[in-house]
Amino acid sequence: MYDVLIIGGGVIGCAVARKLSQYQGRFAVLERAEDVADGASKANSGIVHAGFDAKPGTKKAYYNVKGAKMYAQLAKELGVPYANIGAMVLGFSEEDRDILKTLLRQGIENGVDQLRIIEREEILEKEPNVNPQAVCALDVPTSAVVSPYEMTLALAYHAAQNGVEFLLNCPVTRIYEDHETWHVETPRGVLESRAIVNCAGVGAAELHNMISDEHLEIIPRRGEYYLLDSTVKCPFSRTMFQVPGKMGKGVLISPTAHGNALLGPSAEDISDGYDTATTRKGLDFVMDKCRLTWPDANVRSAITTFAGVRAHPATNDFLIGETHGAPENAFEAIGIESPGLTAAPAIGADLGEQVAEHLKLPDAKFVKAAVPLLKPFAAMTEEERADACRRDPEYGRIVCRCEVITEAEIRDAIRRPVGARSIDGVKRRTRAGMGRCQGGFCSPRVMEILCEELHCSPLDITKSGGNSHLLVGTLNDIAKEAQGHD
Amino acid sequence: MIDTVVSVNVLVIGAGPAGLAAAIAAKKAGENSLIVLEREDQPGGILRQCIHNGFGLHRFKEELTGPEYAQRDIDAARELDIDIRTGVTVLSVSHDRRVTAVSRENGLQVFQAKAIVLAMGCRERPRGALAIPGTRCAGIYSAGTAQKFVNLEGYMPGRRVVILGSGDIGLIMARRMTLQGAKVLACVELMPYSSGLNRNIVQCLQDYGIPLYLSHTVIDIHGRDRLTGVTVAKVDENRRPIPGTEMEFDCDTLLLSVGLIPENELSAGAGVELSRVTGGAVVSDTLETSIPGVFACGNVLHVHDLVDHVSNESFRAGEMAARYAQGERRTGREIPVRDGRGVRGVVPQKLVLDSENKGVDLMFRPDRVYRDHYLTVRADGKVLSSVRKMILTPGEMVVQPLNEQQLAICRDAQEITVSITEEKAV
Repeated sequence: MYDVLIIGGGVIGCAVARKLSQYQGRFAVLERAEDVADGASKANSGIVHAGFDAKPGTKKAYYNVKGAKMYAQLAKELGVPYANIGAMVLGFSEEDRDILKTLLRQGIENGVDQLRIIEREEILEKEPNVNPQAVCALDVPTSAVVSPYEMTLALAYHAAQNGVEFLLNCPVTRIYEDHETWHVETPRGVLESRAIVNCAGVGAAELHNMISDEHLEIIPRRGEYYLLDSTVKCPFSRTMFQVPGKMGKGVLISPTAHGNALLGPSAEDISDGYDTATTRKGLDFVMDKCRLTWPDANVRSAITTFAGVRAHPATNDFLIGETHGAPENAFEAIGIESPGLTAAPAIGADLGEQVAEHLKLPDAKFVKAAVPLLKPFAAMTEEERADACRRDPEYGRIVCRCEVITEAEIRDAIRRPVGARSIDGVKRRTRAGMGRCQGGFCSPRVMEILCEELHCSPLDITKSGGNSHLLVGTLNDIAKEAQGHD
Repeated sequence: MIDTVVSVNVLVIGAGPAGLAAAIAAKKAGENSLIVLEREDQPGGILRQCIHNGFGLHRFKEELTGPEYAQRDIDAARELDIDIRTGVTVLSVSHDRRVTAVSRENGLQVFQAKAIVLAMGCRERPRGALAIPGTRCAGIYSAGTAQKFVNLEGYMPGRRVVILGSGDIGLIMARRMTLQGAKVLACVELMPYSSGLNRNIVQCLQDYGIPLYLSHTVIDIHGRDRLTGVTVAKVDENRRPIPGTEMEFDCDTLLLSVGLIPENELSAGAGVELSRVTGGAVVSDTLETSIPGVFACGNVLHVHDLVDHVSNESFRAGEMAARYAQGERRTGREIPVRDGRGVRGVVPQKLVLDSENKGVDLMFRPDRVYRDHYLTVRADGKVLSSVRKMILTPGEMVVQPLNEQQLAICRDAQEITVSITEEKAV
């Protein structure tokens, strides 16, 4: 019997889990995919939004501003790449200026500091590559970038260090309440718990509707992106937004927390919340829109394209707290689209506390401090590298040439709690395979290391869980099979 | 702290065919202070996984497999007692030829070299660079990665294969996977001509009945976990897909053979001037880069079709590096070699005109297919040579030698231009 089952291992579920791990009790995170941060948490803009965009008085506004103010400290504590690079929202007409003024007022009302409207000259002085047709801009010094999947992973690591179980490959098929106990059906059997927290992203409405008589709708909204090579300097030192439209914050160009340039997203409502395919139309839309900000926009140095699906709530605001219309001890965080990544630490703290108080969970006797993510070999000085090699000779073995990732880091990523189990799992934790060659050189070696650490065959290794196997058989297997067909 | 710096006269980075040849030549030129650093556990480079034959026809006048070709150089290096250190990855090269490297055995090491030969080879262009839309499922590999799985690890990456791009590795893998029991459904090439060697089109596709779709490309990728299919469409002269020409292929594997990129991150870090056309260093006829004492050869300089050419080029780089380390300096006037009409990426980009220069091979690729044209080399306006070529194609590198007499004519010239002309130039 669990005290709390958290459904969904995205940034929200992991933030709630981390908060609950500071209380006494038995907790587990149930994740349908083979790794945490598999949904929107791994494929978004990675922006810590200042909080001028959300309408004052909404949950989005409250959690955005509260979360943003927690980020710098949290990222430092967990060792997650984060940089307070600032942002600008560009206006290209006097109508745009009116919108920017509205954003400014909203921001001030929401409690965002240092906002002001600046004119062309100052824009170009700060960001010389901006389209000189820009008339004015909202300057947002408190905006920041963070590595979203590493934030999610770090929250999960810390939760796991303090005893939270992570049940991966564990989709929830049915939930019901019986004798004040929640029953959660999964491929691992029926799990019982005193309370549940629904943080299931694009799948959250379906679970909500299983237990509540108040029907909810989530509209999956896909966004497509281009990511450029980190050796090509991003043309802007800040996150460059355009004035927002009704489908979201519009297309941005930003350095990521790792220094790549990110272009996107498009915004398209789709029927399948797990359809993360990119499309010609979506990618062309991104390029087209980016040219407004950056007339010389080009993707010659693109290393990849990707798409993420936001969980857009039909109500347009976050739903956080007890599940209305359901039996007691059901909680949820639903419709956490942008600025959800920013809001996550605040949602985790508030919702985790609310659940703990409701269940009258005592504080944990001892909470382990987070073991921060390892300092990457690539970011070390020469002396630090020499020391690292002396400490662990596996640092002397470079596996990923493009991003300079060592065997020591890859083994650590597999051995950690909530460790990597796939090529993409290693990639998200270490950046091996994220560079120019996109894993061409290192994936065979990463596969070998996974086999050594997990005591399995290369035929068992997947790209990202499920049936995403990289190899289909030995040479003999396939040759025999082919003879059988003849 | 880094307390020891290893001093060495010639440091070669990479022990593939280029690095091995450079080291052999340096040693034969009398250089005994010589170290080769190789990141893999064995020397040989990419040849280790190229188990098909066809290597060495020019150099050894026989058909060898990749590993056999490499072994000849490895054996020669052993006989010459060349110090090849494997499992060592170079992290940085500085403009004053300080090299940091890391290995399991020795941790972080610093080398100070009098001369460096850059021989890091090249890598394959990945899917992301093409921005093909679709899912990011398993089953998409660069041809060389698939070749490694099959030839070095003994595993098959798939059963039903489409190949995008007609580069040589893709063509070789079409045959290899067919022989191993896979079904190769098509080879799809964006351009109206193949980028691979003609002999590979014949021996790897035609002999196995694998269709080659020129002026076609993959426009969509399907499959959530593992690839389930691709959509291929014909493209117009601007390489844009033509609506209505889509074909669906039911495949579990997409191999990419869409180009090779010289791996010059270390060179760029050192401040070596790179060519936007070749992706490699700008070099003189001695294969010296813009940084004195730093030489480049093989696929890190420009992507070759034949390893025989790599070896020849690298012998020269190795010898020149040794002579540089021994104090020899070229003093002649330097003139540029320029790409004229129809020509892309002539290497070397500069000639030093002195008495030491006994001739040079100019290498380049045509910018498209030319039939019955003339390959013309001019010194300023003066024609040095104009040679009839029945076919010139981007898939086959052209080697045009300039001999000592021709160089003598250049003595007072300002520049040399290589171009492709319809008529014989006089």
